[in-house]
Amino acid sequence: MGNFTPISSLLGGALIGLAAALLLLLNGRIAGVSGILGGLLERGTTDRGERIAFVGGLIAGPLLFALIMPRPTITIDVSVLTVIAAGLLVGYGTRLGGGCTSGHGVCGVARLSPRSLIATAVFMAVGIATVYVMRHLLAGAA
Amino acid sequence: MRIAVALIAGLLFGLGLTISQMIDPAKVLAFLDIAGDWDPSLALVMIGALFVATPAFGAARRSPRPLFGTSFAIPERRDNNVRLLGGAALFGAGWGLVGYCPGPALAGLAFGDWRTWLFVAAMITGMALQRATQRA
Repeated sequence: MGNFTPISSLLGGALIGLAAALLLLLNGRIAGVSGILGGLLERGTTDRGERIAFVGGLIAGPLLFALIMPRPTITIDVSVLTVIAAGLLVGYGTRLGGGCTSGHGVCGVARLSPRSLIATAVFMAVGIATVYVMRHLLAGAA
Repeated sequence: MRIAVALIAGLLFGLGLTISQMIDPAKVLAFLDIAGDWDPSLALVMIGALFVATPAFGAARRSPRPLFGTSFAIPERRDNNVRLLGGAALFGAGWGLVGYCPGPALAGLAFGDWRTWLFVAAMITGMALQRATQRA
């Protein structure tokens, strides 16, 4: 537990919760990133402007942070093929399952939706199992 | 107004991901790696988010409509099916491979290198593939 950061994690989480609360109480929308992005890829989506504004804000948020704080580190230490496979799985899976860490994991769990509680348990468990296989089973064998 | 709200919500969301370091896939993988040098931080990101979001969903339930809209678009489905479980499992596998879920991947575009861009391109392709095969 060498890198445990409880204060910044709670604070960052609270901001994510605030974003979800604002989008819900003011616009009546769920702050699910895969759903908001996915809707932009479809014909017949009427609230395109709002979706683009949210995604734009999401991309600009870290830039705002870096104005006063050191720029965030982003470390990806896997092969090109793994990045492509992971992206395809995340995109396909979140649309098939109707949500990701924000839509199911935060908004769905906050309203105790049975579907979201199950989805969150499943993607957490599979994520943990995947890391275990990659880091502890395959890494040892290679 | 709705567009301004969406922009502010997106900014706060991106700030939250940055402050909590969830924007860094290495931090996420350290949370998922319970057999290694486990970093429980991400659980506190969830707790912090739920601490604020849960009362908001309670308030929405008691409220007739959102401030700038006519109705709440809250999913009402309650069935659990193969699509839900399969989708969550595929997503979990992709999440565990790199440490990116959709929010941090988009938020990482400004400071990540080409790998972040490649991930987002693949993710959007995956979303489009899902929609294309759904109707077939």
